[in-house]
Amino acid sequence: MPFIEFGGKQVEVDEDGYIVNLDDWTKELAEYMVSQDGMTLSESHWEVINFLRDYYAKYQIAPMIKILVKEIGKVMGPEKGNTKYLYELFPDGPAKQACRYAGLPKPTGCV
Amino acid sequence: MAKLPKPSELAKISLTPPAKPWMDVVTDIRQGMYCHGAKAKNLAALELPNARDFKVAEEDWQLPEDWKETVLNGIKERLEKFRTFHVFMDICVRCGACADKCHFFLGSGDPKNMPVIRAELLRSVYRKYFTTAGKVFGKTAGARELDIQTLKEIWYYYFQCTECRRCSLFCPYGIDQAEITIIGRELLNLLGLNIDWICGPAANCYRKGNHLGLEPHTIKSSVEFFLSDLEDITGITIEPTFNRKGAEILFVTPSGDLFADPGTYTAMGYLMLFHELGLDYTWSTYASEGGNFGFFTSMDMAKRLNYKIYAEAKRLGVKWILGGECGHMWRVLHQYMDTFNGPADFLEVPKSPITGTVFDSAKGTKMVHIVEFTADLMKNNKLNLDPTRNDHLKVTYHDSCNTSRGMGFLEEPRYVIKSVCNHFYDMPEDTIREKTFCCGSGSGLNASENMELRMRGGFPRANAVRHVHEKHGVNLLTNICAIDRASLPPLMDYWVPGVKVAGTHELVGNALVMKGEKERTVDLRNEPLPGKAGAEGGEADV
Repeated sequence: MPFIEFGGKQVEVDEDGYIVNLDDWTKELAEYMVSQDGMTLSESHWEVINFLRDYYAKYQIAPMIKILVKEIGKVMGPEKGNTKYLYELFPDGPAKQACRYAGLPKPTGCV
Repeated sequence: MAKLPKPSELAKISLTPPAKPWMDVVTDIRQGMYCHGAKAKNLAALELPNARDFKVAEEDWQLPEDWKETVLNGIKERLEKFRTFHVFMDICVRCGACADKCHFFLGSGDPKNMPVIRAELLRSVYRKYFTTAGKVFGKTAGARELDIQTLKEIWYYYFQCTECRRCSLFCPYGIDQAEITIIGRELLNLLGLNIDWICGPAANCYRKGNHLGLEPHTIKSSVEFFLSDLEDITGITIEPTFNRKGAEILFVTPSGDLFADPGTYTAMGYLMLFHELGLDYTWSTYASEGGNFGFFTSMDMAKRLNYKIYAEAKRLGVKWILGGECGHMWRVLHQYMDTFNGPADFLEVPKSPITGTVFDSAKGTKMVHIVEFTADLMKNNKLNLDPTRNDHLKVTYHDSCNTSRGMGFLEEPRYVIKSVCNHFYDMPEDTIREKTFCCGSGSGLNASENMELRMRGGFPRANAVRHVHEKHGVNLLTNICAIDRASLPPLMDYWVPGVKVAGTHELVGNALVMKGEKERTVDLRNEPLPGKAGAEGGEADV
């Protein structure tokens, strides 16, 4: 398995860079993963990541994009409740990139 | 992850084969053309052999010591068990009629993607160990040893076939390459050589009943989310039921419809239609997947994952089962379910409670395809429809391989679409109906790490869409398959930007005039309906 070297530990990730053991996730690790991609996390990024993590804790899967969009619109104002805004925050797509930083597994199947 | 070349690069396809005979051409297992190997935890969850993290890029695939014997015994067992497989190993005359019919060959130019050679990869091994000519004359008789290179080559190309069956349509003998690929994959599974994009969903399905691993409360919450959107759009409160005993009909759809756009809009269409009809039906959080990625693993796995549908129908005491828009799901339901887990003698022959039509075609399985059900409603004038609500759409239809070639389902979807849309344009004749081109991502190949393979495989389909896009301004590609809904959007963005993708019942939902609804100003995507007052900007699909 590939891994991320962080905090003196090896954190196991899959071929696409998703954390294998979800308990390995910490805020610091997320920040490190983001910095490896040449980005930094703003409050808006954290808003998305925290929502993803809360949703996952409740439902055991990442939310549908439209649920994420609606939630962000509710919290951050209707002008931000759209996929365009989410793509500005996470250029590789909220489903892929934000889930990776949030330590969520990638959904599989007919998706 | 391998970088996807630009369309202008990928479109440079050489169809000139190498001068050397195919057996002498060493296969290069190239990134972008294959999916990640199956993970140990998913193989183990399915009780498949040799559960370990299978890394394709590594030289050592960590096979059991007796792997060769396992494969040869596996071939022997299947030659005895499947008459089709035995016949298809013997009868090809290599006429070449299939060669240029495969979307993967047309999109890659790789001769080993000609169906004839794909089959030869396995046939050559069959000849070597199971025929006298092959044993005695070896290579001269088209036979070769089963060594590790041969095994890897079979793996590489058997996961570059989507089991779409287009080639079989042109074969004068009717050799069905999908059957050969299915057996080839079964053999590979004896060694733990699956891909994770199949194994992961299959493991989820085994544990939680559906490919995505949606738990009961997640399913309910997703549906409730659609209902809240529908209330905003139509002003109507819809209250479906879950796991309800005594319902007349059990409804089963692919779980992708409950999670990913644009399938979610298709699911909204189902909910609207059933509500308007007052249908006595129930969703199930147990039989929560119509699709069957077990079918891309082995027949036994397909049977195992299919079991829950009849079991749930029996538990709930329904009369018959209605199924959503999916491709391979229907291959399994239509061709295998009855013998896998039937007879479903506790069910009745499906009869539409609205029109009284008896679906004799589903006499054996007791399960009806929703498009057939809806087409019957339309034929009997039971729906109030306003097709002008879809007037901003210029629509074409992609026949899903499994429903068209596997079920002969050609007219019903077109009838439904034409009933709800005023602008419909079919793609060229050689690319639709029985001759339809695959989306390029079927049979569990719709992962993200094999994008080059998917864009190559989808090239012929995209080319035909491009034709109607340029000629008629087509801007919507409809289908009746969840893998299509997942895989066609990136294919269109890549080859034919400007064309969106939708399930058929999304358009039905748009056009359906519901009793007591408010004036519609947006469609199911929350996008403004042109010409309707008060339309505001909304969310585009992603």
